[in-house]
Amino acid sequence: MVLVLADHSNGQFKKATLEVVTYAKKVAELMSTECTAVVIGNTENAGSLGQYGANKVLTISNGALDNFDSQTYTSAIAQAAEKVGAKVIILSHNSTGKSLVGRLAARMDAGVISGAKALPTMSDGFVVEKNVFSGKGVASYKLDTDVKIISLMGNSIQPEVLGADVTPEALDTQIEASKTKVLERKTVSGIVPLPEAELVVSAGRGMGAADKWGIIEELAECLGATTACSRPVADTGWRPHHEHVGQTGVAIRPNLYFAIGISGAIQHLAGVSSSKVIVVINKDPEAPFFKNADYGVVGDLFDIVPRLNTALKEFKANNN
Amino acid sequence: MKILVCVSKTPETTANINFANNNTEFDTNGVSFIMNPYDEWYALVRALEITEANGGTVTIINVGPSVNDAVIKKGLAIGAKDAVRIDAEPTSALFVAKQIAAYAKSQDYDIIFTGKESIDYNGSLVGGMIAELLNQPYVSYATSLELEGNTATLNREIEGGTEVLQVETPFVVSAAKGMAEQRIPNMRGIMMAKKKPLAVVAADSSDNKEKVVEYKMVPKDRSIKMLAPEDMAELVRLLHEESKVI
Repeated sequence: MVLVLADHSNGQFKKATLEVVTYAKKVAELMSTECTAVVIGNTENAGSLGQYGANKVLTISNGALDNFDSQTYTSAIAQAAEKVGAKVIILSHNSTGKSLVGRLAARMDAGVISGAKALPTMSDGFVVEKNVFSGKGVASYKLDTDVKIISLMGNSIQPEVLGADVTPEALDTQIEASKTKVLERKTVSGIVPLPEAELVVSAGRGMGAADKWGIIEELAECLGATTACSRPVADTGWRPHHEHVGQTGVAIRPNLYFAIGISGAIQHLAGVSSSKVIVVINKDPEAPFFKNADYGVVGDLFDIVPRLNTALKEFKANNN
Repeated sequence: MKILVCVSKTPETTANINFANNNTEFDTNGVSFIMNPYDEWYALVRALEITEANGGTVTIINVGPSVNDAVIKKGLAIGAKDAVRIDAEPTSALFVAKQIAAYAKSQDYDIIFTGKESIDYNGSLVGGMIAELLNQPYVSYATSLELEGNTATLNREIEGGTEVLQVETPFVVSAAKGMAEQRIPNMRGIMMAKKKPLAVVAADSSDNKEKVVEYKMVPKDRSIKMLAPEDMAELVRLLHEESKVI
C-alpha cells in the first residue's frame, strides 16, 4: 500500500496536494498496489481525493492535532501507515512535509528521498531522482528498505482525474498532547506562495531602488504571478527575505520565470534553473543569465517592462 | 543554557559541480569546502548570541573524516566553546542523525540547532531525525528564536507567511535566513580556536538506507531567442503559442 498525506489549508486542498495524490496513485500502479490518502483535521471534502487517485481516504480527528506539530503529526501518520500496511509514504515537499519527512524516516527506520522530482523507476530497484547541489545537479537514489518515504517537489507532476469520489473512513488514533503551542499564523491571502507558483516575476539589483518595484508588481498582477527577488535585493532590504530565490533562498521550478535586472550569478541560477521557461531582461548583453534563458531582451528594463505590461493587457483583453 | 550546533561541510557556494567515476561520485577535484552557510550564518551565530545574553555554552558537532577539522575550527574561531567530531563518512542523513543523537543523549542539551538544509544534498532531514530519535519537539525553518527562561518563542516560515509558536526546552530547531547575521572570525578568535578542545569520537555502527546510483548535470538545452525591446507583443505571443506557459 502507498500512503499519501493530503495536506490542506482550512479544509481546502491546494494544487500541491492534488499533485501528490496523483503521484502516489502512479507509484501504487507501478507497484501493483493501491493508494490511501490520509487527511488530518477537519475537511468536508476529503472524499474528493478519490478523483485524483486515492482508492481509500482515512481521516484523523484528534484534539492533539489542532495545530501543526511535527511530533504529533508523525505519530498520526505512523499509525495510519501501520493500519494500512504502507510500504511507501509520500508527502508534499512544502513546509509541512519538510518538517515531517526526516522525523518519519527516523521513526520508521526507512530510506528517504526528500525533494523527489519524478516518479520512481523500477527496472533496477526503486530509484528516484532529486535535485542536489542546490539545483546544479541531479542524483538518482536507490532505496532498498522495506518502508520508503518520499517528499515530492511542487510542480513535478500535474494533478490528473484518475477516479471518483470515495467515502472517507475515520481512523482512531492515540496521540500525546503537543509540546508546541502555535500563537499565531500570518499568511498573505490571494498570493500563491513561491514554492507552489507556476508563474514567477523576479527582479534584481538592476532595479536600482526599493521604490521602483511598481512596474514589477504590475507585471506580476497582469500574469497572476508571484513576485521574487535576488539575494542582494533581499539583503539590502528592498524586498522581504521570503522573496529571495536562489541557492541560499527558495529553490523554485515554475513554468515561467521572468528574471529582470538579474545578472545570473551561479548561486541564483542554481535555485531557478529547473524553471520550464526563462525570460531574461537585462541591459548588459554579456549577463550570464542569457546563457541559461529561453527568451532574452537587452535594454533598459524601465522601458521594456512597461511595454511588456501594455502587451500583456492587450493579450488578455483579446483572449477573454 | 547548553546548546549543540550541528554543522556540515559543503562545497563553497560558487563551486562548479562535476561528477566522476562514471557519474557515480561527486568530483571533489578543485572544489573548496566551507561550513554549510545555514549552519554557520544562522544556527551557530544565533546559538552564540543566546549564550552571550543568557550564559551557557555552545558545542559544535560534525560527522566526518579528519579533513573536516578545518571547517570545525572555523566554528571554534567564531566563538563555540568546544567541538566534537564523529569520525565517519556522513553517508546518509539518517546515519548522521543517529550518530549525533547517540552523542547528545547523555549530554542534556537544552537546544540542538541545525541549518535549515545543507547546500549539497538539500535534504532538510537531519534536524527532524535527531528530534525523533531523542523524542523532542522540532521546529523547522525558524527565522527567529527568543528565549525567556526555558520558553522559546519562534517564528517559522510556512507557505505564504509565518507561524509564531512557543516551545519549552529541550527541543531541536533548524535555522533559516533572518535568524542571525553572519559573523567573520577575528584574529583573536582564530588564535583561541587553536587551544579549544576538539574531541574525536568513534562512530556507532549503522547501516545505510539509500544510495546515489547515478549523478547527472541539470540539462542546459536552452537555446535563447532574442527579442528587441519594441517586440513585447511578440514575446507575449511566443509565451502563449510557442511555450504555452501563459
